[in-house]
Amino acid sequence: MTGVRVLVGTRKGAFVLTADGKRTEWQVDGPHFPGWEVYHVAASPIDPDLIWAAPSGGWFGQVIQRSQDGGRSWDAVGNEFRYASAVGEHQWYDGTLRPWEFTRVWHLAPSLTDRDVVHAGVQDAAMFRTSDGGATWEELPALREHESGPKWQPGAGGMCLHTIVLYPDNPQRMTIAISAAGVFTTEDGGASWRPRNQGLLSDGIPSPAAEVGHCVHNLAMHPSAPETLFMQKHWDVMRSDDGGGSWREISGNLPSDFGFPIAVHAHEPETVYVVPITSDSHHFPPEGKLRVYRSRTGGDEWEPLTSGLPQENCYVDILRDAMAVDSLDECGIYFGTTGGQVYASADAGDTWNAIVRDLPPVLSVEVQML
Amino acid sequence: MSIRVVLPAHLRQLAHCDREITLDSEPTMRGVIDALETSYPQLRGTIRDPATDRRRSFVRFFACEEDLSHEPLDAPLPGPVVEGREPILIVGAMAGG
Repeated sequence: MTGVRVLVGTRKGAFVLTADGKRTEWQVDGPHFPGWEVYHVAASPIDPDLIWAAPSGGWFGQVIQRSQDGGRSWDAVGNEFRYASAVGEHQWYDGTLRPWEFTRVWHLAPSLTDRDVVHAGVQDAAMFRTSDGGATWEELPALREHESGPKWQPGAGGMCLHTIVLYPDNPQRMTIAISAAGVFTTEDGGASWRPRNQGLLSDGIPSPAAEVGHCVHNLAMHPSAPETLFMQKHWDVMRSDDGGGSWREISGNLPSDFGFPIAVHAHEPETVYVVPITSDSHHFPPEGKLRVYRSRTGGDEWEPLTSGLPQENCYVDILRDAMAVDSLDECGIYFGTTGGQVYASADAGDTWNAIVRDLPPVLSVEVQML
Repeated sequence: MSIRVVLPAHLRQLAHCDREITLDSEPTMRGVIDALETSYPQLRGTIRDPATDRRRSFVRFFACEEDLSHEPLDAPLPGPVVEGREPILIVGAMAGG
């Protein structure tokens, strides 16, 4: 490995940030797709030059862009996301029922084994897949058709499938999360799904322990411990050690257990990172101090990481897809803010520096090794 | 029939084309959009929703200082557009962005 490439999606375009292994000098390239909301940019794990981006917007809908030269140039590929069967209805904010309607792609998950395969999580919540390098996208409809669908409802950002966990040892297995429905897993490549939300408690639904309806914000898994999942829920940081079969709270001493992203250290499966946010109405850090919290015990005990981060007058948010880790020997951590900063730590979170400070609001951050 | 079409910045960027293009098209909005999507496949789905075939709500069609957005897609285009003296303007609504 000779370097790191950080892929940043923002409200007004995408940026590619590149550094060598020291991660001190950064080249900022962009904006790509200026003016488009780029919810996610993701690279193929098996071809570092193959990068996918999901620009969308209120004017012109969804497009999908693909780069085959590491983000230097881009080509539009297929952008037709058509539900595969008659759409049912889900709950709207006011509790009435409303039919599914495609709005945008939230998350792209390039295959771990096949460069032409990508899964896409979309709003209104559904899973799509391309197996021809993005030319066409087909829905895996069993998820949207799940019997619990009429109980799903949108979170503040819409009813979105925002997280896709892939398993290196089993391409047929996936774990996904939907706001606000919860966690679902498939063991057969998406032909069938089951909810995995036992142990979650949410105030915003009639039955706090219901099988579905939970506003899960993000999931993280270490490839060496695939049965262990970490979750940042709307409120509560959670952990499962049986692949999502049951969950327990690990919020411990966090100053707030509301937040959006969660990440796991690349080499330490029990080292976890979150960024506490004051509340669902405030959407900024407690006390105006931007603090990443790290647990080296798989949760419950958390330490604030503050060196290099603003510790006064900071009122940005960190969105669910906007934190990622690299896999250099000393694990790097990266996150972007709604204030346009992208912070990086080259020492597992002990110290931080802003790679860039004045981008549009950051929607997503991914990292790839070069 | 040659129809002049002016595209908004987002779509010019996507299509890698100039602000104004000329399309060989039937003299209707449906014909213009069909010809546009044929000539520039990367614009498919950006002006009309591919699932419903409806114009996206934040996209407007203007020509000859008139709003054609709510005209039937198969209505004849205005004479000055058909004669090549005026372009069709495809516009992102002012509320967008």
